[in-house]
Amino acid sequence: MSLLSVSDLRVGFATEDGVVQAVDGVSFDLSPGEVLAIVGESGSGKSVTAQTLIGLTRAKNARIEGSVQLGGEDLLSAGDAEMRRLRGERIGMVFQDPMTSFNPVYRLGNQIVEAIRAHRGDVSKEQGRARAVELFEAVGIPDAKRRVDDYPHEFSGGMRQRAMIAMALALEPEVLIADEPTTALDVTIQAQILRLLEQLNRERNLATILITHDLGVVAEVADRVLVMYAGKVVEQGTLDEIFYDPQHPYTWGLMGSLTRIDRPRPRRLPQIAGQPPSLLDLPEGCPFRPRCPHEFSKCPQYPPLEAKLPESPGHCDRCWLSPEEKREKRLVEGQIGLEAPRA
Amino acid sequence: MNGTETAGSAPLLEVTDLVKHFPIKRGILIDREVDQVRAVDGVSFKVERGETLGLVGESGSGKSTACRAVLQLIKPTSGSVKFEGREIAGLGRRQMRPLRREMQMIFQDPQASLNPRKRVGQIVGDPLKRQGVASGSELRRQVQELLERVGLSSEHYNRFPHEFSGGQRQRIGIARALALKPKLVICDEPVSALDVSIQAQIVNLLDDLQDEFGLAYLFVAHDIGVVRHISDRIAVMNEGKIVEQGSADQVCENPRDEYTKKLLGAVPIPDPRESRERRAGSVN
Repeated sequence: MSLLSVSDLRVGFATEDGVVQAVDGVSFDLSPGEVLAIVGESGSGKSVTAQTLIGLTRAKNARIEGSVQLGGEDLLSAGDAEMRRLRGERIGMVFQDPMTSFNPVYRLGNQIVEAIRAHRGDVSKEQGRARAVELFEAVGIPDAKRRVDDYPHEFSGGMRQRAMIAMALALEPEVLIADEPTTALDVTIQAQILRLLEQLNRERNLATILITHDLGVVAEVADRVLVMYAGKVVEQGTLDEIFYDPQHPYTWGLMGSLTRIDRPRPRRLPQIAGQPPSLLDLPEGCPFRPRCPHEFSKCPQYPPLEAKLPESPGHCDRCWLSPEEKREKRLVEGQIGLEAPRA
Repeated sequence: MNGTETAGSAPLLEVTDLVKHFPIKRGILIDREVDQVRAVDGVSFKVERGETLGLVGESGSGKSTACRAVLQLIKPTSGSVKFEGREIAGLGRRQMRPLRREMQMIFQDPQASLNPRKRVGQIVGDPLKRQGVASGSELRRQVQELLERVGLSSEHYNRFPHEFSGGQRQRIGIARALALKPKLVICDEPVSALDVSIQAQIVNLLDDLQDEFGLAYLFVAHDIGVVRHISDRIAVMNEGKIVEQGSADQVCENPRDEYTKKLLGAVPIPDPRESRERRAGSVN
């Protein structure tokens, strides 16, 4: 039974130059205890998708369509007051930069107490503080009793991200959205935060949406993956399906261009040519077409997101090539990639 | 040692015991130095002609400070920086000017490192003009040639930086650094602000340009995968010191230093099976 169900979500913003369709028909289901990774480059619509779930993209020039159901409640039609209640209470969010997400002039503990008391009026300040200490301990901040009285600037980047996670968990939400939670952190700290997210996910049966551009991070924590390009889902499947049997050429390209320290290095790095299209000037049909070396006569028609492999019904992609053609074309010098690196 | 005599045999860049300490000051009327931040604390390395030395480390390890001290953008506290055998540590701005032709820098943030009010032609052509290499139509021709060489088009000459994407802006930064045909280019996190699909393009471009112009790179980044791909040798920095130095493959495959091991062990592997195995193997 899915907890969060998003169907045909579309988010467009009216600008002076026309409508930017930032999210164009995104659908997914999320179950308790599951980690869904949304992967994409800047402008792919991954963050706008996440922000729309908690009502952060509601603006005068925004046009939001589709449906988002959280345990029977429709989030898109919820009023502002209702949305405020749901945020924190049912969906927690962790942002990339913990420095700008906290108020620098208030002590961390007080900010958490405030967040709790805004939702639960009957919690006293003392109870709130005790809860904040508990939360700090749960996310692995040492000396929690003393450190709840620190200001955000007294925390290191990794500790600040832990505090951010503590705050997101304060009201025990069912869903946690983490938008590039480790991008601003050093690798050794990143590894710790990923372990923490994994642990919380396991212990609290927390449904997690992880937004990232880093396939290494995805491989470490995700159960299922959604690959986005130009506002559209181009491929979705389980972690292993996406990594070992990727169906969309864009996914091959991303896999191929990774530098891996566990493999001998290639003389040249395989690359995806060109750059992502402007959302104001999308090509007809498949948005990846101009960068795809395997483009053919069918590509000017927009391909549907379909499962094409009988053995994996949940593995869908948006490409006209047949699975046999894909298996053949995606192998570049024995590895998955888009095309051979040019000398 | 006389610089001109050794220019042929000396390494292109030789840094010995480089130290940069920043004072921590307290006091209202009278500044007292109460302590020091040892940002770079006795660092030694060499870069040979046409070679790439990768400098990796986490934030605060001192890698960017080391680069700036090498270029004399900040004055080193002590130590020696020799370029083609000639001591440049402590040289003033004026004395450094002719040397700037030989050593250039590419910055992390292509948004912040290009003047938004200047056209691309000016940005790339300025070093040529200032050093008196070219002017007028010759300058224009050279700049357009450079733009094409880095994968832009000569029609971009009259555009402003904001009209370009991040990857294209980084190409402009690269064209500017190459304008004077330097021998050494210091790249400070040149791809970390770029999207994955664009990173590979820029890494390959830097590779090609190295072959074509015989450039030496001092390549600084926190992404060990990228550094290993582009570097001949790697130096690992931690807390202002180089903890390990060796060939790129040796450092990545057989690290000796504990810190290097820890750093490499934390790099996520984009392979779910291996990643699961690794986690099962490590004790939490």
